[in-house]
Amino acid sequence: MAKWAIAIHGGAGVDPNLPEQRQEEAKRLLSRCLQIGVDTLKARQSAVDVVELVVRELESDPMFNSGRGSALTAKGTVEMEASIMDGRQRRCGAVSGLTTVKNPVSLARLVMDRSPHSYLAFAGAEEFAREQGVETVDNSYFITEENIGMLKLAKEANTILFDYRIPLPGADTCSASVGSLVPDTSLQMNGLPISIYSPETVGCVVVDSTGNCAAATSTGGLMNKKSGRIGDSPLIGSGTYACDLCAISCTGEGEAIIRSTLARDVAAVMEYKGLNLQEAVDFVVKERLDEGQAGLIAVSRNGEVACKFNSNGMFRGCATEDGYMEVGIWE
Amino acid sequence: MGWAIALHGGAGDIPVDLPTDKRAPREATLRRCLDLGVAALKAGRSPLDVVELVARELENCPYFNAGRGSVLTTNGTVEMEASIMDGTSKGCGCVSGLTTVVNPISLARVVMEKTPHIYLAFDGAEAFAREQGLETRDQSYFITEQNIERLKQAKEANRVQIDYTQPQPIKEQAIPRSEGDSQIGTVGCVAVDRNGNLASATSTGGLVNKMVGRIGDTPVIGSGTYANTICAVSATGKGESIIRNTIARDVAALMEYKGLSLKDAANQVIANAPKGTVGLVAVTDKGDVAMPFNTTGMFRACAVEDGHSEIAIW
Repeated sequence: MAKWAIAIHGGAGVDPNLPEQRQEEAKRLLSRCLQIGVDTLKARQSAVDVVELVVRELESDPMFNSGRGSALTAKGTVEMEASIMDGRQRRCGAVSGLTTVKNPVSLARLVMDRSPHSYLAFAGAEEFAREQGVETVDNSYFITEENIGMLKLAKEANTILFDYRIPLPGADTCSASVGSLVPDTSLQMNGLPISIYSPETVGCVVVDSTGNCAAATSTGGLMNKKSGRIGDSPLIGSGTYACDLCAISCTGEGEAIIRSTLARDVAAVMEYKGLNLQEAVDFVVKERLDEGQAGLIAVSRNGEVACKFNSNGMFRGCATEDGYMEVGIWE
Repeated sequence: MGWAIALHGGAGDIPVDLPTDKRAPREATLRRCLDLGVAALKAGRSPLDVVELVARELENCPYFNAGRGSVLTTNGTVEMEASIMDGTSKGCGCVSGLTTVVNPISLARVVMEKTPHIYLAFDGAEAFAREQGLETRDQSYFITEQNIERLKQAKEANRVQIDYTQPQPIKEQAIPRSEGDSQIGTVGCVAVDRNGNLASATSTGGLVNKMVGRIGDTPVIGSGTYANTICAVSATGKGESIIRNTIARDVAALMEYKGLSLKDAANQVIANAPKGTVGLVAVTDKGDVAMPFNTTGMFRACAVEDGHSEIAIW
C-alpha cells in the first residue's frame, strides 16, 4: 500500500506587511482545508476526488483569490478559471471565463469526465455548466468589498506605473490613497505593488493510498486584468500537471509560469533526468523562472511532498501519512 | 549552421488516393509558403517575423483548417485560435475564440508584444483586435462549402453513434471521411535563422463539430507550440491528445534533459501518443529538421540553407 500525501496552496507573493490577524485567518483556513484533505485520504478516497473536494473548499471561502473572493477584471466583474488532472492516464479538464459557476474546479472535472474535450471557455463553458446542472449564482456573489477596493488601487497603481515608468515612490506620492498604503514599494508582482497584488490562485496536489497522483488549480486571475485574459491556472503543463510519477500545482506570475511550462518541467526532470521530487522542484524554481516570481506544491507517487517559491511568501500547507502536518506563509 | 524552416498544414487521415483536385491546391500552397519563408530567412528577417508571415499565408488559404477555411463548431460558426513563441526571449502570445479576425496569428503576436498578458480569448480578444486595428471580416468570409459539408457529415456520424451504442458520455467523436480530406488539422511553422534564434507559430479552427467554447492544444504553450534556445516545435492532430502529452514541450525536454537528438526526441514523442492522433514539425538551433507523424499523412514542407527542401503529404 502506498503512502498518501497532500499539499495545498492559497497563492504565492504575499505582502510582508499583511496584518497579523489576516495571517492567522489564512493559516486557519489552510489548516481546515488540509484537514479535510487528510480525512478523505484516510477514508481511501481517490486522489482526483480529494483534490476536487479540497479546491472546492478553498474556492468557497472568500479569503483567497478563487471562486468567491476572486480578483476583478478591469470591468469590475469576475472571470474564473481552473484545471484538474488525474495522473492515471493523464486525463485532464480545464475551464476559463466562468462568471456564474460556483465551483470552477468541479466544472473542470465535468469537462474531463463528461465531455469529449479537455478545455471549455466563456459562453460555451457556461452553457455546458447549465446542461450539467451545476450550481450557478449571480456574478455579484463572487465579488467582495475588499476586492472592489483593491481594484480601484490597482487601477491607480497601473496608471501611475504606466504613465511614469518608475516604481511607486514612498509615502509622499501625489495620490493620497496610494501613498497611504505603500510602505514597501520595492516589492512588486505582475507589475503591481505587493500590497495591492492579489496572490493568485489556490491549488491542491495529492497522492492517494494506491499511489495515484492528481492536481487541481483554480483562480480569479490577475487584479485589473483585461476581460478575456487567460493565465496559467487552466493551462495543462503550466499551472497544473499530473502523471504517474507526481502532481504539481503552481501559482504566481502567470507569464513566467507559462513560458517555463513550470508544472510539466517538474515531472519532466524527474522522468528524463532521474531527479527525485525535491531535487526536481528545487531545480525548476531555481533554473526555470528567470526573473519571474512563482511558487509550486508537488507530491510524488512515493508519498513525498515538496513546496518551493522564489516569491515573497506563499500560503501553503502539507501533510503526509507519517503524521507530518504544517501550514505556513513565509520561508 | 544555417537557417532552416518547416511548416505544416495538418496531420490526419489523409488517404493516399486523395484526388488531384484536392491535392494540387494544397501542395501549391505549401510550396508558396515555403518559398515565402525561405525568401524571408535569406533576407535576414527574424524567425518570429518568418513564422508569422508563413502562418498568415496558411490562414488565408481556404484549404487548410485555420483562418479562412476553418472547420465549424457544432453551431456552424467559426472559433479560431493561435499561438506564437519566441525561442530567444521565451515570450509568447495566444488567442482563442476568434470569430472575425482575419489573421489570428497576428493577433497572438500583438498580445505578446503589446499587452502585459500572454493569452486573450473570446469577446475580450475580439475587442482587443478592434482596439489594435487588426483586419476583421464577417463570419461568412471564413466559412467554406467544404466545411459546411464536413460538419453535416460529422453530425450524422455522431447521431448514428448515439442511436446504436449504449448510452454513455461521448468520449471519442467519430470523425467521418469527407472525401478523404484531413479532418483534424491546424497549420504551423517553425524557423531558425543563421544565428540560431528560433520561433514557432500554430493556428487552427479546431475540431469539426466541436462544442462552442472548446479550446484545443493550439493556443496552449507547451502543447501545440513551444520554442526555446534549443528547438522550436509546432504540433497538429487531436488536441486532447496533444495537451495530455504536452507534445511540443516534451520534444524540447527530451533534448534538454535526456540529451536526445531532435530526430530521436521527436520520434519518441510521436510514438508515445495514441496512433493516428499527432504530427509535428520542429527545427533546432543547429538547423536540424524533423517532421514525424503517426497519422496516415501530414501536409508539410521544409527547407534548409544547404539547399535541401521537401514538400510531402504521406
